[in-house]
Amino acid sequence: MNRYPTWKYALVALCVALAALYTLPNFFGESPAVQVSSGRATVRVDTALLQRVESALGQAAIAYTGAVLDANSVRVRFADTDIQLKAKDTIDKAVNPDPANASYVVALNLLSASPGWLTAIHALPMYLGLDLRGGVHFLLQVDMPAALTKRLESLTGEIRSLLRDKTVRHGGVAREGQSLRVRFRDADTRAKAREIIAAGIVDLALAEREEGADLLLVATLKPEAAKRTQEFALKQNITTLHNRINELGVAEPLIQQQGADRIVVQLPGVQDTAKAKDILGRTATLEIRMVDEEKMTPDILAAAARGEVPFGTEYYVERNGAPLLVKKQVVLTGDRLTDAQPGFDNQTNEPAVHLTLDGPGARIFKEVTRENVGKRMAILLIEKGRGEVVTAPVIRTEIGGGRVQISGRMSTTEANDVALLLRAGSLAAPMEIVEERTVGPSLGRDNIEKGFNSTRWGFLAIVAFMSVYYVVFGLISSAALGVNLLFLVALLSMLQATLTLPGIAAIALTLGMAIDANVLINERIREELRGGATPQAAIAAGYERAWGTILDSNITTLIAGLSLLIFGSGPVRGFAVVHCLGILTSIFSSVVVSRAIVNLTYGHRRKVERLAIGNTAWK
Amino acid sequence: MEFFKIRRVIPFMRHALVFNVISLITFLLAVFFLASKGLNFSVEFTGGTLMEVSYKDSADVDRIRQALEKAGFKAEVQNFGSSRDVLIRMPAGKGAASGSAQSDQVLEVLKKDNPTVEKRRVEFVGPQVGEELAEYGALALLVTAVGIVLYLWMRFEWRFGLSAIIANLHDVVIILGCFAFFQWEFSLPVLAAVLAVLGYSVNESVVVFDRVREMIRKMRKASVPEVIDAAITGVISRTIITHLSTQAMVTTMLVFGGPALHYFALALTIGILFGIYSSVLVASPLVMWLGASREQFVKPKQDRRDQHEGAVV
Repeated sequence: MNRYPTWKYALVALCVALAALYTLPNFFGESPAVQVSSGRATVRVDTALLQRVESALGQAAIAYTGAVLDANSVRVRFADTDIQLKAKDTIDKAVNPDPANASYVVALNLLSASPGWLTAIHALPMYLGLDLRGGVHFLLQVDMPAALTKRLESLTGEIRSLLRDKTVRHGGVAREGQSLRVRFRDADTRAKAREIIAAGIVDLALAEREEGADLLLVATLKPEAAKRTQEFALKQNITTLHNRINELGVAEPLIQQQGADRIVVQLPGVQDTAKAKDILGRTATLEIRMVDEEKMTPDILAAAARGEVPFGTEYYVERNGAPLLVKKQVVLTGDRLTDAQPGFDNQTNEPAVHLTLDGPGARIFKEVTRENVGKRMAILLIEKGRGEVVTAPVIRTEIGGGRVQISGRMSTTEANDVALLLRAGSLAAPMEIVEERTVGPSLGRDNIEKGFNSTRWGFLAIVAFMSVYYVVFGLISSAALGVNLLFLVALLSMLQATLTLPGIAAIALTLGMAIDANVLINERIREELRGGATPQAAIAAGYERAWGTILDSNITTLIAGLSLLIFGSGPVRGFAVVHCLGILTSIFSSVVVSRAIVNLTYGHRRKVERLAIGNTAWK
Repeated sequence: MEFFKIRRVIPFMRHALVFNVISLITFLLAVFFLASKGLNFSVEFTGGTLMEVSYKDSADVDRIRQALEKAGFKAEVQNFGSSRDVLIRMPAGKGAASGSAQSDQVLEVLKKDNPTVEKRRVEFVGPQVGEELAEYGALALLVTAVGIVLYLWMRFEWRFGLSAIIANLHDVVIILGCFAFFQWEFSLPVLAAVLAVLGYSVNESVVVFDRVREMIRKMRKASVPEVIDAAITGVISRTIITHLSTQAMVTTMLVFGGPALHYFALALTIGILFGIYSSVLVASPLVMWLGASREQFVKPKQDRRDQHEGAVV
């Protein structure tokens, strides 16, 4: 009765073998490496790059232990970190001849030192979390109301030009809170305007309202349009962050959406958090607006400086100290900008910034410049709700084709700065850091060691106790527990789930809890023996009767684990993932694997006199 | 080897009232400390900045405190783990942005004071995220409790589900009470430990209940308290051995795990120790008080036929 069919033994053996195979890469350690990846969307990583890297290393006579090309990077391994650092500089010089305009990201990394055939079957070491390998984790909150406000501001412009094109007279378009108000003198015009706006701008929901003598058309963003705007803002911010983080040269940055309005950024190995924050925290968004020169009389400017700013304008001070009144209406936003490069003016040889606009941006810009020749426009950087005038050039001629040059009153450094800010991409909406976790590399190593030690000693303690208490059955239980650990590590390696310190704690705890199933089984077998059952019958009854209890108790534990997984974040999630996986593997290993060993030990004997499960003779 | 040679059924239920009174008193004490002292929440819940820095030689905590005070930071400074490691805690400043920059500024101040300082860890949590974490933590606790009750209701009977969850929530409250009394730091890993304990100690109740269900069918003449006594006696050695094994693991965590896992392991220890007690000696009496009876498990076959007959008009 205590025999498994052959396929079942084979299945268990296969599972153990597979688990051992996938656990293997964790034992090889890591070797220092340099990783070269694309710094721009237009730059491809291919065999040519691999050859360039290899020949550069060859010329500098730097020995490397392996160079591979994968989906989006070239990785070169080195014997030690000194060579790695030297090689990084060499490679950087070779692939980025112009440091100001780098096409590739060259970063230090650690690569698994496991042999290639293991990597080929996707047997990778466990993916260590930041608390184990060191690095920075940021959670950024996107200011969604600001994204909506910005969208509405740019829609005011669209409404104006729409009504002007159809020569509908109106008494002004203004944003109030999250709605736009268009004023009209008579109901006919309003009805006509409503038709035009409804046909021209599908994103707006329109309503009519009377306010005193004024007839109003109140426009709000439709819910789906608002949602789209927010999604777009989030996506654009993520793209922008990618570009900015490329500047940092991080090997494996993780930039991910979390929830509706948050972005997680993880930068393994980064220690200079101040620089990282500076680069991430440049929450500047770019806006091009017109300067309201008609209102800029000395009186009004003086009043504006005291805070009495005329309606529809905002008061700014230029970098050189000159006061400006800038219209609130946004002509263009940073997302219309596709490129910005520092350079020089062809005629005057002054430092300049060359901007490239996308199609719609170019059209709007052409229209605006045509109507405003001789007037000034302002390029504003909006940072955390505060604007700063980067530059306020005079429009000399109509500018078509989307190629814009800003020059005059600028130093070379300034031109570089401005271009960098514009090029790194502006954010669709401002963000702020709402959570930060930084772990130094020494603490990471300590954490691994401590977690590993506690698991090892705990495991040994349990094995020692079980073996003494339940003799052969204790050894079998310990073997099953070992297999459980193997399964768990293999699963974590296969799934590439992030292993954190709480995760290691969960491994230890899960092992401590998993032994419960074997204790239940062993106690049950003892009890059956005491009750006078034959050894074979006792084994069968012990496993059978304990099964229901094991299932019940594991499911209740799993309920707790799953709710931690669903509601937990950060360290709790790391714990929950391992805990849940561990519960699943422990059911299999403690019931099926241990039974297989028991069956192999006892099930095939003709006659079993007694079971080595400790003393049961006292009753 | 055998620890427990229990030849007779131990009359646990005769003393049920005593156990329940003890539980009630510890529970009320825990609630009292929770209410009067409150939990010492970590920055993860309250929002703020936490920094762990390490010096080459032993660190002068007072000097660090003064240096930070002079630079205008409101900080709590203490040793952490060893005399060379220092933990600095700062409440969330006005505006979250100032918060995330805080740690870099503090490090600069410390570097000026003593250049051997090395940053080990920084945690900054904006107040709004902290609130969310607390909210989700409470929600996780609630969902776990409801989930377990529903499962046990399905597998056993509502009385069992209810008593198991009362017994184990009482463990949770006692863990929290200990954290409040000693003002130990309540962090996210501790929350994870508390929920793991909740799932784990329900195991204990389940094992006892499973036995009760089995015995109630076998021991046809015995009363419910007798059945419960027999069930507990039957599983008590397993309960203690399992807990010893788990506790062995947790103890190594407490010893080798370092400060990062200290409170996590501590919460587990309290949970495991109280878990033995509560699942056996609190949950079972509760089942009895709630009025479990044989009929709820042993459904006579006639029942079904009777229903059938009743249905025929």
